[in-house]
Amino acid sequence: MKLVIKNTQLFTEVNLSNNVDVLIENGKISQIMRSENNAISDQELYVVDGANQILGPGLVDLHTHLREPGREDAETIETAMKAAIAGGYTAISAMANTNPVADNAAVVELVKTKAIQVGLCDVFPIGAVTKGLEGKELADIAGMVKSQASVKIFSDDGKCVSNARIMRRAMEYIDTFGGFISQHAQEPELTINSQMNESVLSHQLGLAGWPAVAEEAIIARDIALAKLLDVPIHFAHISTAGSVQLVAQGKANGVKVTAEVTPHHLYFSEQKCESYDPIYKVNPPLRSITDQAALLEGLLSGVIDCVATDHAPHPVESKEGEFAKAAFGMLGLQSALGAITTVLEKNHKIDWKKLFEIMSINPAKLAGYSQHGGEIDSGKPANLVLIRKQANDFSNSILKSKSMNNPFNGERFEYSIGATIFQGKLVYQDTGFNEGLGLTKL
Amino acid sequence: MSLSNLLSIQDLDSKIIWQILHTADEFKNPNGGKPKKVAALNGKTVINLFFEDSTRTRISFETAAKNLGADLINFSAKGSSVSKGESLKDTAQTLKAIGGDIVVMRHWASGAAARLANANWIDASIVNAGDGTHEHPTQALLDVYTIWKHFGDDFSKLKIGIVGDILHSRVARSNLLLLSKLGAQIYLIAPRTLLPMGFDKDHSTLPGVSVSYSLDAVLPELDVIMELRIQQERMEGGFFPSATEFSNLYGLRKERLSKLKENAIILHPGPMNRGLEIDATSADSEKSKVLEQVQNGVLVRMAVLFLIGTKS
Repeated sequence: MKLVIKNTQLFTEVNLSNNVDVLIENGKISQIMRSENNAISDQELYVVDGANQILGPGLVDLHTHLREPGREDAETIETAMKAAIAGGYTAISAMANTNPVADNAAVVELVKTKAIQVGLCDVFPIGAVTKGLEGKELADIAGMVKSQASVKIFSDDGKCVSNARIMRRAMEYIDTFGGFISQHAQEPELTINSQMNESVLSHQLGLAGWPAVAEEAIIARDIALAKLLDVPIHFAHISTAGSVQLVAQGKANGVKVTAEVTPHHLYFSEQKCESYDPIYKVNPPLRSITDQAALLEGLLSGVIDCVATDHAPHPVESKEGEFAKAAFGMLGLQSALGAITTVLEKNHKIDWKKLFEIMSINPAKLAGYSQHGGEIDSGKPANLVLIRKQANDFSNSILKSKSMNNPFNGERFEYSIGATIFQGKLVYQDTGFNEGLGLTKL
Repeated sequence: MSLSNLLSIQDLDSKIIWQILHTADEFKNPNGGKPKKVAALNGKTVINLFFEDSTRTRISFETAAKNLGADLINFSAKGSSVSKGESLKDTAQTLKAIGGDIVVMRHWASGAAARLANANWIDASIVNAGDGTHEHPTQALLDVYTIWKHFGDDFSKLKIGIVGDILHSRVARSNLLLLSKLGAQIYLIAPRTLLPMGFDKDHSTLPGVSVSYSLDAVLPELDVIMELRIQQERMEGGFFPSATEFSNLYGLRKERLSKLKENAIILHPGPMNRGLEIDATSADSEKSKVLEQVQNGVLVRMAVLFLIGTKS
């Protein structure tokens, strides 16, 4: 299949370059030219109108819950992949807290194989750090690394590797095989039954508090371990001003520490819990306005390396009713770009270099996803996204996910996804799909 | 401002607070004894929806509804569809199908009443009869009614001590908000482990509220002392070391009773742990208004049901 994107604004390291045509053949970018110089006949090509859209590297997510195997009522590998490409993602990372847990080669290979069959984007399985996410014995680390899934990132996400001895051993053992841990930082003893950020508001609402220190204590400990062992450590979804400060200090001291932040922690504050609507219940919890400001500053200054969605589908019955009874988690794949661009634009004008760094280039580099987040040039893999400047009310009606726990329903976003190209194929376009061209129909 | 739901004291302005208190007063029998009976809610249905065990609050609302001539349905979670795993939504929709005008709900989860009122599952008015560790608005209203009857209209002259497990107490939360709105001076008296965030000896996030870690330091100043029920399981949570130590520091006991002002009164939302937060001498003393609180509870709940049930 040959594809040409016409009259687009091409993202490069130095600027956005206007009126560019990009020719894509055999999964690769074959030619980039000024639109006015394009003498190629359009006849055998599928033409994508790129006018008023920015062409950049496909987005990369280091934190996605696909729910399959085990909770196919909430999401499947296929529906999550559809949500991913509709959100501009060409690579996502499948968290290990499935049922059965992805703590061995068989489960990660199952996920990888199914994802390849669906073929809409890349799915990189994350392996569990400990067996059954129980925090007691190491999972089948080498087996997962050497499997067809070639696991590189390990995480007990949903749970923290809270035992210091196990964490130390896991960091060393995983480093042996060139992998690293994405730690879900949550001291369990400080968060028993916790429902929302611990604050004056949580006490007013009578919802059990989740203190910032529960996250920061683990981050401080693990940075010290990473320093001692000279191994990399990544922190999933950091949510507090104190965490940003600790990661900044760690980086300044030369520790190989990296961190991600979610769109929802940047976009919403704990005030949302006043409604007692469980749609806003998430782990870690929505934090204070001060925390939000620190997270944004950390992201802009490079202390926080990337945005990750923590896309966490749940069926309706788990997200209505009493706040204390509801499940933790929010959808995120389809709303991430809209939410982040809106946050950045509110703050000041969007720096597109920064945007593609935090949503594509940095996470791809961090995880070693070599086919993603690279330079857009001839000969390079065509994993791309077109971003359209178009104010829109993000609505549940466009969700591709099997679940509806979307806190962004009705939010006004400044940008939307125009199209997603994976391995040179136009896998998603917001104007609809053309089966005649062999495009994947959603 | 008319009353359509009663979810939180936060939602009440001082006008409606006084309207509730004066309305309650109208139901008081001038000759003493049982409250007046009126047929104001004839033809209306009040549903008592109790997801958590409660004797006094349920009976109090039941009596209030009957005194107003309403039809009453009692629904308790134990041995019901709820104990079989029915969701709040399904229970609410079942009650909608049956057709209730006012739902009085006690629930173990904070915010459950707000959820029921705002999720569009049911059209009835909702009265919060205690939600988790959030609020218990009618308890605060009956406490304030009791204080008013003893001390009159000017709350700004009063020093009121709330003692014990303020952190986990919905009674304390509602009372704090209500007494603060009425201009009273409030002492929260507890160790730091049992105080909510935003309140310690140097800080307060509500007007008129201050903190004392020592009961003995402020006891002689108090016009009202409100002892809260201490839950046994708090000791396991590390909130305080032992019942004896708690009682030594914060319990209202014989030797403290004599240090109270001549006309001071003692309140307790019940049920009391005699020997823990209050001893028998204090509980049975003339200063104790615990039974008056129970009687006033019916009046205040009549007023709330009346104002909600007769709003146009």
